[in-house]
Amino acid sequence: MAVPTAFFAVFFAYPVAAIVTRGLREGGRWRFGRIGEVLTDPEILRVLWFTAWQAVVSTGLTLLIALPAAYVFARFEFPGKRLLRAVVAVPFVLPTVVVGSAFLALLGRGGMLDDLWGVRLDTTVWAILLAHVFFNFGVVVRSVGGLWSQLDPRQEEAARVLGAGRFEAWRRVTLPALGPAVAAAALMVFLFTFTSFGVIQILGGPKYSTLEVEIYQQTAQFLDLPTAAVLTLVQFAAVATILALHAWTVRRRESTLKLVDAAHTSRRPRGAAQWALLWAVLAVIVLLILVPLGVLVARSLDGPDGYGLTFYRALLSVPETGGTFVVAPIEAVWNSLQYAAVATLIALLVGGLAAAALTRRAGRLVRGFDALLMLPLGTSAVTVGFGFLITLDEPPLDLRSTWLLVPLAQALVGVPFVVRTMLPVLRAVDERLREAAAVLGASPWRAWREVDLPLVRRALLIAAGFAFAVSLGEFGATVFIARPDNPTLPVAVARLLGRAGELNYGQAMALSTVLMLVCAGALLALERLRTDRSGEF
Amino acid sequence: MNTNLRRAATAVVATALGATALAACGGSGDKADGSKTATPSKTVTLVSHDSFAASPAVLKEFTKETGYTVKVLAGGDAGAAVNQAILSKGHPQGDVFFGVDNTLLSRALDNDLFTPYEAKGLDQVPAALQLDKDKHRVTPIDSGDVCVNYDRKYFDAHKLAVPATFDDLIKPEYKNLLVTENSATSSPGLAFQLGTIAKYGADGWQDYWKKLKANGVEVVDGWEQAYNDRFSGSAGGKGKGDKPLVVSYASSPPAEVLGVKPQPAQGPTGVATGTCFRQIEFAGLLKGGKNDAGGKALLDFLLSKTFQQDMPLQMFVNPARQDAALPAEFTKYGVKIDTPPTVAPDEIAKNRDQWVKTWSSLVLK
Repeated sequence: MAVPTAFFAVFFAYPVAAIVTRGLREGGRWRFGRIGEVLTDPEILRVLWFTAWQAVVSTGLTLLIALPAAYVFARFEFPGKRLLRAVVAVPFVLPTVVVGSAFLALLGRGGMLDDLWGVRLDTTVWAILLAHVFFNFGVVVRSVGGLWSQLDPRQEEAARVLGAGRFEAWRRVTLPALGPAVAAAALMVFLFTFTSFGVIQILGGPKYSTLEVEIYQQTAQFLDLPTAAVLTLVQFAAVATILALHAWTVRRRESTLKLVDAAHTSRRPRGAAQWALLWAVLAVIVLLILVPLGVLVARSLDGPDGYGLTFYRALLSVPETGGTFVVAPIEAVWNSLQYAAVATLIALLVGGLAAAALTRRAGRLVRGFDALLMLPLGTSAVTVGFGFLITLDEPPLDLRSTWLLVPLAQALVGVPFVVRTMLPVLRAVDERLREAAAVLGASPWRAWREVDLPLVRRALLIAAGFAFAVSLGEFGATVFIARPDNPTLPVAVARLLGRAGELNYGQAMALSTVLMLVCAGALLALERLRTDRSGEF
Repeated sequence: MNTNLRRAATAVVATALGATALAACGGSGDKADGSKTATPSKTVTLVSHDSFAASPAVLKEFTKETGYTVKVLAGGDAGAAVNQAILSKGHPQGDVFFGVDNTLLSRALDNDLFTPYEAKGLDQVPAALQLDKDKHRVTPIDSGDVCVNYDRKYFDAHKLAVPATFDDLIKPEYKNLLVTENSATSSPGLAFQLGTIAKYGADGWQDYWKKLKANGVEVVDGWEQAYNDRFSGSAGGKGKGDKPLVVSYASSPPAEVLGVKPQPAQGPTGVATGTCFRQIEFAGLLKGGKNDAGGKALLDFLLSKTFQQDMPLQMFVNPARQDAALPAEFTKYGVKIDTPPTVAPDEIAKNRDQWVKTWSSLVLK
């Protein structure tokens, strides 16, 4: 537990505490009066209200659309299921700059809806909500669906035999079992939408602002650290509440259910109603996820001389005009892979050790630690980035100018995924096996290697894949860290979009497509490794 | 921050991580920073924003001339980068900072970030760009003009004269044609607002914006959305946007023709020359940097003809040196704006937040 605690303390708690302290202390005195001032500002209250409102609506909408899909993935067998399971998770790891442009291509001026029906949804709250559903659909399908597929369908059947109606049986048997998982997924979606940044900026237009956007503006644009500090604390309070609720629901889930092998619970749909449901869900996936992703691919191929690989070819060579870029875009791919690999190593080490510690020990403190490790997911990237700047500035920790800073920041976001994937699997390892090994004379290390490792190897690989994909797509923290200039994929995409000219725009689309394919590839590889208890994601 | 806490935290991580994470990936960490020896460092670190770009060949040239290797640290947009520099004041991340512009200059100077140094070649820089010419805390490196761009095809097709001035933009024939950026979130957006303040004064600009709003100006959050998605003249957007006027840069037309074969006789977009605001970017020697000698050499180099002539096609800005030759793309498709109206940096620093606030409640509500 020492390593994860130290990691968390030094690379998260300390930088964030430092930047908040900088904001709230003036001339050696605490200025808590600022909290009152900021919290009574009508402008800030409006932002707070909108932040909460859109998060609630986004979460509701996501559940409404994704729960039927979770059911379909859990109970039905159909061709292409694995591929689709991987595809629905792709949006989650795509950077918002990329998704933003895909959605604008669909919903904006001259977008597909505009061409077909004259409907434009950009700069409306609908664009924000739809994009949030797009991002989080996979979170619900994979986490709720994962559990659903392990619930024994015979329990519900038994209730039917005993005379319960179809709905009654579902309500009495499946819903209570599923409830905590749905609640946990809903809270995760709420967390992601509550702290939404890029989607709001790109799709919402200047009228909409969330707490996260406001923190960014106060910190990065106005350097109003006191206001930013207060807003950070408000966000902390909100996120901590969400996480506490989440931890509580997860605990309930882990303690109450008896699960079966997912392979035996699904079958081909029977009857018109089931087929209709399957087709409806497939249609939603096509419209909501495949079409936006497809638009991106189409744009990347739509070159100056008709469809072709012009932009991809441009990615492979430094532009002949003498290099309008400091780095050839293909190098960004390589940079990203390297950063993500190191970030994955760190996340696995820290997250793995944390999960192991959480398995062995019980108690309130440990459970609190579990929730604490999720905190970076709900913290503003600019806060972390600026916090790094003012804290990690002295030897032996003067990391401000090393490349290591980027993977460290990415690992912060990756750790929660590793913990969440490993924890259920580790908890399932029978303690008696370890004891038996110990009795037979194995050292703790040997016992771990011979007992735990073989059982968790696949979960470890899955965790690694997720940490890798998340690091690959990470944009927020990376962009606020002054890094030795090796831009990552998402940063390179953002730069290309920031310049005029067809070639730049086309290359941005091509690079986004590459990112998408790499992520999808990683997720598809994970599908093959799925264990019976593959955690929450 | 509390030094004891800092020390304790450092100690904890040093022991906990020393053997694991850091060791695992320390292979390519840099030694230049860690080893404090008597010999002067051969690395000079340039801190900048995400738009910094230079040809690798040009940076190699610097190494050949001076023996110093340049390490670039870039992150965030111009505003974020300046604020980062202010936060790490006195204990900077590098030796030279590049990228503070005239809209942020006073904030940087008031925070006393820079050691004065008179760079070589300053005599070739026009006086209008030298905003700190008495003290030389910062050196002007480049300038760029934020101007309304127009889509030539649209105005040809509609047999409409292209607008030229701020006054034109509020005429009825240009109703609903302009898209601009949010002053609070976008640097060209703010520059455009400052242009109107320079033109109509601290009293008249609000009135102008009321008229602009009545004439149907659209506001989006960032340049990317305005230019790529709304502007009908951007090739990247395939002409799907429906606004033929956009707030962008005087260098956007040259960027539009880059890599286009064959090169057209006339660029597809043009610039309304009477709607500009000049952004001047400066560099300065960071106080407390580890390598002052290298930093001075780097400042000289940033103002050298080699770097200045490389810059236009790298960062799409104009060199500060008047004797630097412009690339053909700039001379053929770009325009030269003589003296756009401007606002003094300390005036901007004093009023900036209030102006943006007033603008938001005037235009966005």
